[in-house]
Amino acid sequence: MTLDEILSSLFPKGHDIDPRSDHLILGMGKRGNGGTVEVVGIADGEALGIEGVLPLARRVLDIVARGGKAPILVIVDTQGQLMSRRDEMLGLNEYLAHLAKCLLLASRSGHATVGLNYGKAVAGAFLATALATDVLVALPDAEPAVMDLPSMARVTKLPEDKLKELSQTTPVFAPGLAFMSAVGAVAQVWDPAKPLADQLEATLAAIPARDKRDVLGAERGGRPIAAQIARRVAHQASGDDYV
Amino acid sequence: MTDPRHPSADTASWFLSTARERLAGLLDPGSFTEFLPPTERVQSPHLVLFDLPAAFDDGMVVGRGRLGKRAVLVAAQEGQFMGGTFAEVSGAKLVGLLRAARDDAKLPRIVLLLLDSGGVRLQEGNAGELAVAEVMRAIVEARGYGVTVIALVGGRAGSFGGAGLTAATCSRIAISEQGRTGVSGPEVIETNKGVEEFDSQDKALVWSVTGGRNRRLLGGADAYAGDTVAGFRDAVLALIDRAPPFDLATLRSEQRRLADRIERLGACHSAVEMWVALGITEPQSIRNLDDTAFAEIVKSLRGAAYDAR
Repeated sequence: MTLDEILSSLFPKGHDIDPRSDHLILGMGKRGNGGTVEVVGIADGEALGIEGVLPLARRVLDIVARGGKAPILVIVDTQGQLMSRRDEMLGLNEYLAHLAKCLLLASRSGHATVGLNYGKAVAGAFLATALATDVLVALPDAEPAVMDLPSMARVTKLPEDKLKELSQTTPVFAPGLAFMSAVGAVAQVWDPAKPLADQLEATLAAIPARDKRDVLGAERGGRPIAAQIARRVAHQASGDDYV
Repeated sequence: MTDPRHPSADTASWFLSTARERLAGLLDPGSFTEFLPPTERVQSPHLVLFDLPAAFDDGMVVGRGRLGKRAVLVAAQEGQFMGGTFAEVSGAKLVGLLRAARDDAKLPRIVLLLLDSGGVRLQEGNAGELAVAEVMRAIVEARGYGVTVIALVGGRAGSFGGAGLTAATCSRIAISEQGRTGVSGPEVIETNKGVEEFDSQDKALVWSVTGGRNRRLLGGADAYAGDTVAGFRDAVLALIDRAPPFDLATLRSEQRRLADRIERLGACHSAVEMWVALGITEPQSIRNLDDTAFAEIVKSLRGAAYDAR
């Protein structure tokens, strides 16, 4: 689905999101119940650098400052963080973490946050946006990843064929939507043939109060032991008090 | 304070030490208790698929202890095992520690993260990436309950990728000259964008971009530590009681701090140009100053003191 089609299906009553030359998504959509959804994000596979972070973070902070409980939808199609010596020199890690923190603050302040991955979602930019929400959903042609297989082969010095073979049976490392769902990162895959507005409302009606992605990963078998290890550490730290 | 039984602990190089050596020197003698210690053999179930050896702690040591008699929770990454990477087991150990701090008010209200990590372990990339997301969320939640989380960056692997974002999610960051932090490492940028963009073999260039002194001058770290256990202990003690709360005011202040940095320095082409713009009169000397002289320069700069995070 194109971004236009997604926005039309999400907001049949209208929205004020216009294409921008910097490929950022900033605006508001109307809900069927008369309320609004705040929308931020990044489109067209654009890489996220320090200049892209600031308008998104400012918008989220303004939403928190205004109060209320309007949900925030974070729509993402990004090839990853901008790879540039200049952005690294200026501290890109702080900028990306700042955006993630702003989204986490919004969530703590009562704004349900939903990530929607419709294209790519890679590495540091993925962490700063869609992975910093309460619930991450995706459309079927989404391509979430840490790194593509050829680059991974280069870095790990393992043959690409071997990685391809392993990717059939090892969701813990291979790129792609099915595997990101199996490890618990992506909670649901929406059906593009049905109105996205209804699916958004259903998602908003069931926002988890706590981070359950490790439990989901165990249930789905993609991340078999993370949840139990986190609990064992907490248990040893707190003794029998930890439940 | 020097422990007579460990005369070298204070002066041992942080950069060259292992995770366990750093913890042993940093914490009060005999005060460390480890959770899921190596005897429990909690190791990666995935590395065997890649014909790679596992470690009985998966390169992540978590526990509690005391620092200057104050109770602390600690996590230390072992940069010499798989680059200190975030993976299913190593990530979950840190997540569990942070969630315990969040949920149990009887636990120490200080968490020290001894980061030494190239980022996400690619062999377990999806689990590692997600672990970083869970860690970032757990740090924020713990901070919301009044827990101070301090990142210590000065190990061989630095603090890159997901570890770079994790550091910047903490209440405070202490860094040494050898400490390096960022998102994409120089080699990754060179591979993807070409040697003209970033020559990873040019060590002086790499240091000026990602190194601890540049980070401290720009306000990307809140304290500068000498490359010793004592240096990091002093830096942590200086930060421990002045952590910002996790709230709207702090993040608005961080927004201003980061916007201000682009406004003042965004047009610079090199670290030296940035240092000139910051008002440093002899920028070429930054590399050669001793730690004390460098700390004096930091004191005189506005950007380095403007440290909301």
